[in-house]
Amino acid sequence: MSTIQTAQARPPAFLPNWPTRLAWLALAAYTVYATSILNITWDRFVLGLGNGVTFIGRMLPPDTAADKMALMARGLYETVEIAVIASALGILLSLPIGLFAARNLMPAWITWPMRLLIALCRSFHQVIIAILFVKAVGFGALAGILALTVASIGFIAKLFAEAIEEISLKQVEAIRATGAPFMNVITYGVMPQVLTRFVGFATYQFDSNLRNSTMVGIVGAGGIGGTMFAAFQKFDYDYLLTILIAIIALIMLSEALQNWIKKLYQ
Amino acid sequence: MNQTSSPPALEIRGLRKEYRRGVPVLRDISITFPDRGITAVIGPSGTGKSTLIRCINRLVEPTAGTILFHGRDLAQLRGKALREARRRIGMVFQEYNLVERLTVMENVLSGRLGYVPPFKAWLRKYPQTDINAAWELLDTVGLTPFANQRADALSGGQRQRVGIARAVMQGPQLLLADEPTSSLDPKTSVEIMELMVRLADSRRIPVILNIHNVPLAKRFATHVIGMAGGVVVYDGPPGGLTDEHLKQIYGGEDWLE
Repeated sequence: MSTIQTAQARPPAFLPNWPTRLAWLALAAYTVYATSILNITWDRFVLGLGNGVTFIGRMLPPDTAADKMALMARGLYETVEIAVIASALGILLSLPIGLFAARNLMPAWITWPMRLLIALCRSFHQVIIAILFVKAVGFGALAGILALTVASIGFIAKLFAEAIEEISLKQVEAIRATGAPFMNVITYGVMPQVLTRFVGFATYQFDSNLRNSTMVGIVGAGGIGGTMFAAFQKFDYDYLLTILIAIIALIMLSEALQNWIKKLYQ
Repeated sequence: MNQTSSPPALEIRGLRKEYRRGVPVLRDISITFPDRGITAVIGPSGTGKSTLIRCINRLVEPTAGTILFHGRDLAQLRGKALREARRRIGMVFQEYNLVERLTVMENVLSGRLGYVPPFKAWLRKYPQTDINAAWELLDTVGLTPFANQRADALSGGQRQRVGIARAVMQGPQLLLADEPTSSLDPKTSVEIMELMVRLADSRRIPVILNIHNVPLAKRFATHVIGMAGGVVVYDGPPGGLTDEHLKQIYGGEDWLE
């Protein structure tokens, strides 16, 4: 008798969460509203599909004339150079910046400026930073290298600092207890705990730099992007396809390289 | 020996530690530790045993008081002087605190990091004497076949052996051990205690260890400090420790056999 009574008196196991329900509803409503004012219609989409087919038709077959292949090879080579140099600089600079930004190892007066620097590096897209550097140092690969270095710092240093903030301080404490100087504490107590993750961030950023260095050329910061953009504007769609295929091959190559490096550092 | 000519290896006077203002974990601790043998610090959880041990090598900053180590006040040391004092004090941890991703050999040699400059340490260019000493210690703790395995591949007892080897590798004048057996099973605990006693005896290193296993403390210690509520309530030989003392230290008596 008492069991039935208590069963009736029990409150529901899961309370309704009205704030989240309202938030979802608001998101749905805004999506519908934004679609209506941006003139997104089904007709335009269907028309666009037709245009797309024509565009692809004009891309085929890819243009493989010797002079254009040579031009592309030069552009691609420069793209790889930009990516490699920017990654190397970015990785080197991210190590100290990320370390000094880690709040569990460093006092607030160092971490604050470092975190501000990282936030600044992250606040703009690479292409916008590339435009700034083209204005500062002129057209060419240097602007691209600088822009991607900044982007690399923003990404690697931030994640590296976060990785350091998650390490086990017990291992650090043990090294400190041996009377080790600061640098030994870092190389023995901290680095072994974060090295694989750091390598992961660095290789991912290299891959990202490779893709982005095909883009910065559009604003004149060197690499294959410039050639690609010119092909676009001259309606050289068959040459454009050649370049796109080459970029895809390059990215796949880099993917294979990444996997190999990650295996090396397991 | 004349007391005035040779100060005790470790003497604590008026040690006080507050993590939060006005809430002391240690209140006015004064202990003169014996220059040899095993000193066991016993007491209930949360009574400041770990804090006491960590104040000695300054992993925890004391709020007030002096810690005289061979006549020098450790509480006042900073920077290089503090690091030089730390390398003369080995420490063994409850959870071993090995660098998991480094090999057993790297962990043992890390006991020398107070002596080997950073660039050489990074390149693993240790002096040959250190490397020989590390092999010898690995023989002693029975882990020579594991030298090149990563620390995270070992069992608890093996890890604590590495922890002890790392601490002894420092060539310390004092060995601190913070609950060295609390994460181990009873049999392994005894083996670890025997190993520590053997190493400390043969190298004449005084040991101070926290332990909450009273029978283990009585069995291995040559001196016992009983703590309760942040103060010392017993300071004497293990034989003098009575049920009355234990009641005072841990409170109640139902748990006593």
